[in-house]
Amino acid sequence: MLRYILNRFGQSLVLMLMVTMITFFLINLAPGGPSSVVRMEASQEERQAIIDRLGLDQPVIVRYGEWLVNAVQGDLGTSFNTSEPVIQRIMSRLPYTIELTVFTILVSVSIGIIFGVISAIKRGKAQDHVINFTSVIGLSIPSFWLGLMFILLFSVELRWLPSSGVGPRGADFELMTYLRHLIMPVVILSMTVLPNIVRFTRSSMLEVISQNYIRTVRAKGAKEAVVLYIHALRNALIPVITIIGVLIPRLLSGAVITEAIFGWTGIGSLIIEAANSRDYPLVMGITVIITFVVIVSNLLVDLIYSQIDPRVKNVA
Amino acid sequence: MTNILEVNELVTGYRGKNGYLKAVDGVSFAIKEGETICIVGESGSGKSVTSMSVMRLVEYENGKILAGEINFKGEDLAKKTTEEMRKLRGSEISMIFQEPLTALNPVFTIGKQISEAILFHQKIPKKLAMARAEELLTLVGLSEPKTRLKQFPHELSGGMRQRVMIAIALATEPDLLIADEPTTALDVTIEAQILELLRKIRQEKNMAIMLITHDIGVAVEMSQRIIIMYAGKIMEIAETNDIMKRPYHPYTKALLESVPTMDGERGSLLKSIKGSIPSLNELPAGCRFAPRCPLATEQCHQEQPPLETMQNRQVACWHVDKMKSLYEHEKGGEPVGANESH
Repeated sequence: MLRYILNRFGQSLVLMLMVTMITFFLINLAPGGPSSVVRMEASQEERQAIIDRLGLDQPVIVRYGEWLVNAVQGDLGTSFNTSEPVIQRIMSRLPYTIELTVFTILVSVSIGIIFGVISAIKRGKAQDHVINFTSVIGLSIPSFWLGLMFILLFSVELRWLPSSGVGPRGADFELMTYLRHLIMPVVILSMTVLPNIVRFTRSSMLEVISQNYIRTVRAKGAKEAVVLYIHALRNALIPVITIIGVLIPRLLSGAVITEAIFGWTGIGSLIIEAANSRDYPLVMGITVIITFVVIVSNLLVDLIYSQIDPRVKNVA
Repeated sequence: MTNILEVNELVTGYRGKNGYLKAVDGVSFAIKEGETICIVGESGSGKSVTSMSVMRLVEYENGKILAGEINFKGEDLAKKTTEEMRKLRGSEISMIFQEPLTALNPVFTIGKQISEAILFHQKIPKKLAMARAEELLTLVGLSEPKTRLKQFPHELSGGMRQRVMIAIALATEPDLLIADEPTTALDVTIEAQILELLRKIRQEKNMAIMLITHDIGVAVEMSQRIIIMYAGKIMEIAETNDIMKRPYHPYTKALLESVPTMDGERGSLLKSIKGSIPSLNELPAGCRFAPRCPLATEQCHQEQPPLETMQNRQVACWHVDKMKSLYEHEKGGEPVGANESH
């Protein structure tokens, strides 16, 4: 087990290095830079001063090297825009994104598995068709459009839900208000992963139900509920858990759009700001953090996987 | 001795494009208490479907019992509700399957899978069920039963897994054990061990065993009586000795002749039955074996022979007399499979 974790850790380090390298070169390839974008009205000398101060006249390789040396020591630099430490800017936003994605995962996984199982058990019947049809629609509708329609309906017309923001925090925090703010972003973000989980659970469940060991359980005289929800589901969940690991990056990129629509001040809206203003240290910082989150969540998924499937433990 | 199971005119079909395809078509036989009976036939002869019908498991696999009775201890299983049937399955009738490698749930321990077979039917503490599971593992001859309880199926070999399956089947001391090709997937030495185990258990527990096999050699070794099935119909039922020495049905004879023997001439080709079993949607009008039968006449191709009872055995063939005449000049009756000199 220890060897397995060490192995995974090594792989993660290499992955992080590659991701930061690619991001660094790509963002530097983009036209414009902090000097031209941020201070349009500045004179030639002022621009030169900024370039000198930020060290932007150095070759890209050298700058990447410097960034890497600092980053390894835990220093992600200061934001070009606000001169605050990057880590501080990220940390002030990250919790909101984590809230949003964790709630979304909980909702999508529980609802997705329930509907997937219903769909499989009622294969070919009305319930199955309704669920299938709804998931195809869910997959095809762009989430930004649906988000805006939701705002039109639930905020503007019906006035049931707030159209944007994360709700009051700290002393003014109130659970009901908080949940009301959370509903629409979570629903919209769920649309990016929920249909996949439903369809995957359905096919996985159908495959498991026709396995020989399910016949054995029936031959033992198990109640149908035990057959389906204990013996079949446990096996059907194994591939579903894998797909959840795959869906996490998609969820994070979906969060960028969702946060922008609903004024959710998470890391998604920060990355848009950072990229638009060529705030290199901020872009790099967010990249590192998101890569880290993806790697950790995938590791978690693998650990859950080895808990559910005894055949994996031995390999590990 | 009374019959524990009586199957009467059983018809079981699978849902096809144009209605049901009858995989078992009017099968009748009986099993006595404590008897081992073998159902022998090629793949597609309907022997597994017969056993799945007795267990009423066909309905979970797109099949349906279309007609007939399955009287188990005087009650018709075909008429039982799903819930009544569930209570019987695994408690009074148990079944072991042909694929030991895939018949156990990969995510649960051996201990859980044996003990739950008890807990589905008896209200006893889990600990007690586990202790019982350990005893069962000892009974089926697995070493270190305590360790095995905590192991998962993938940690065991095929032979060991089949022993676990037998332990599960025996968990509630059933009166009838159905074994559907329990040794087909195993190698010869393991096969011998498993068959020996089944024999030992039958003697100790005095349970009836319905053994399904395509291997007439296994059937001869294991059973008191043999049922020969072909394309969903019974061809012959007789005591093992009679079948072996004097098969009355040409199909039985052909099956016996296709068993390799030690004293056969070196280099001589093993006899095989030409052609293959007809598929369910193009069954012949007359005797189902007629297209492959050396004795087939016009009558055979037109009319289905009924399963007729004669001296303690039953045969469905128009040419029983011809078959009988083969044995007239024999005195003691040499086993037909052993040499070809009749």
